[in-house]
Amino acid sequence: MSGNGQKYLLQVENLIVEFPSAQGGRVHAVSGVSFDIKAGETLGLVGESGCGKSSLARAIMQIPPPNSGRVLLDGVELTSRHNRELREVRGSFQMVFQDPLAALNPVKTVGESVELPLRATGLDKKIDVRKVAYEAFAGVGLAPEQYFDRKPAQLSGGQCQRVCIARALISRPKLLLCDEPVSSLDVSVQAQIINLLHDLKQLRGLSLLFISHDLAVVKNISDRVAVMYLGRLCEVAPCTGFFLAPAHPYSSALIAAVPRPDPRQPGGISSLLGSELPSTITPPSGCRFRTRCPHAQPLCAEVQPELLEISPDHLVACHFPLHEEGRC
Amino acid sequence: MSGADGLLLDIRDLTVELRSPGGLIQPVDKVTFSLDRGKTLAVVGESGSGKSMLCRAILGLVPSRGSIVFNGHEAGRLSAGVMNRIRGRDIGVVLQNPLSSLNPVMTIARQIMEPMRCHLKLSKRESREKTLNLLGAVGIPQPHERMACYPHQLSGGMRQRVAIAIALACDPQLLIADEPTTALDVTVQAEILGLLSRLQRERNMALILVSHDLGVVAGVADDIAVMYAGRIVELGPTGALFARMRMRYTRALFDAIPRIDEPLQRRLPDIPGQPPDFSALPVGCRFAPRCASAGEICHREYPPLTADNADRHLFACWFPCAGTEVGR
Repeated sequence: MSGNGQKYLLQVENLIVEFPSAQGGRVHAVSGVSFDIKAGETLGLVGESGCGKSSLARAIMQIPPPNSGRVLLDGVELTSRHNRELREVRGSFQMVFQDPLAALNPVKTVGESVELPLRATGLDKKIDVRKVAYEAFAGVGLAPEQYFDRKPAQLSGGQCQRVCIARALISRPKLLLCDEPVSSLDVSVQAQIINLLHDLKQLRGLSLLFISHDLAVVKNISDRVAVMYLGRLCEVAPCTGFFLAPAHPYSSALIAAVPRPDPRQPGGISSLLGSELPSTITPPSGCRFRTRCPHAQPLCAEVQPELLEISPDHLVACHFPLHEEGRC
Repeated sequence: MSGADGLLLDIRDLTVELRSPGGLIQPVDKVTFSLDRGKTLAVVGESGSGKSMLCRAILGLVPSRGSIVFNGHEAGRLSAGVMNRIRGRDIGVVLQNPLSSLNPVMTIARQIMEPMRCHLKLSKRESREKTLNLLGAVGIPQPHERMACYPHQLSGGMRQRVAIAIALACDPQLLIADEPTTALDVTVQAEILGLLSRLQRERNMALILVSHDLGVVAGVADDIAVMYAGRIVELGPTGALFARMRMRYTRALFDAIPRIDEPLQRRLPDIPGQPPDFSALPVGCRFAPRCASAGEICHREYPPLTADNADRHLFACWFPCAGTEVGR
């Protein structure tokens, strides 16, 4: 156990995830990512599709384990554990997926799905599973008498996502990984789910890794933000500082792209060069963002920028961070 | 009627009636609006409010009552053959998920050429040339090489660009885009919306943009129609509607959007419950069961769609919002 193991709930150190590609070569999904989450804290992870957000979340969940690097939960290393040992601690870190309908077994009732984690960990012999599952339903705002015995197809998307959250929380985890939990939902339902997560955070002191491509959602729920691009972190900062003065050109482009519900200042401006992520099989040399960066210099192609602290808790990986002079 | 700024589409009392397990339902109920050439109408509402069904009715893909006058012709009096010539030539369509709307076993070039060959009777060479131009116009880099690609070889944003190119192949006068950016990232969404606006200006094409997010349409729409449970509940010019939202559902939909220009960790005013089932619609105002300001009359009588003065801003509410300025 490391010395500061008690201070952080989750520590991710130099995580690398690679897959063999169908076209030959290797997909560099996550290339050396390190960050941590304190107890009770919510870290928002943002980035475009294909930047490695989900691969990172899966590597933390050990489904499958990363190629290299360490994941520590409460100071306990997860990466070196075998399946059976992992199962014993799995209850303390759980995940909610993007498509709630696909994440539930279509032939089981949603009640059975919610009970399953308790049965899988052998708790069903010690406690009244049905009672705990009923409580879990009530905890996410679903009346158990009404919904427990329904199949996923008989529920709306928002209700399915509530079921997924209930299933993730039934084993009383300390850390909840949410991979785009509201992206497939309507604005009105999205607000309901975000509020539910707010309440659960407060009630249970949950820590969240909240993955989304929507910065407005991330701003609403997170304490800190981490921006990911092509397998690497570009910027990690407290929410306040990040939205006031993003230091990485990519962060600033992401913020500008968010549409605002105001016809006088509609936002939704795309300021990136080219609209496609470069290949993850042969990522650009040096700074991976340089091919789309409006401020790229020759240096960016040669040297990979390190994630450095430019002000307390504000880390940036850029040779030419924005607004350096205006920062306090 | 053929003037550059004339009336293109005039819809009166459009009603779609379908048989469902719960009996006859009307997912589109007496919808009336008109659209001028070169203008954009946004149709906004939650899932299941009838937005997509409205699009299908305009295209003549579901049986409907009422009148649809397109380009001076009453669509109901046109033969199936004539409607086939209008669909795909005079009216283009872009759907939400480009992966399911594109043919997976056909190269993108053939898919873009198909409507030109079939509607405009262009030769292979002519349509190839035009396809190349179109791919450039929708912002696909290296169009020469991309022409032989299959949809699975492209990213989500690129696929949606291909879908737009197909819709534009015959220079339609009207483009119907049903949630064209919902499946896409924020940065790609910004680009696709920018692209649609640009193409629309260049071609003086009218656009019906369907979305569940008022934020997405704020920057691009001339007029906004808010739909709830099959009916238009508010309709007006974008500026006027955002300045004074009158119908309480519109306001609730607006308030539920997490905003990047608002303070951190605000509790979102969500809309409790869900839209009603079409087979069990409430008596009176259909939003009343979810509305905090509903009075006795709301549960008894449906409010008429009216304006305060002689202006074009219509709303259906017995107790409209006082009309305080929205936003900052």
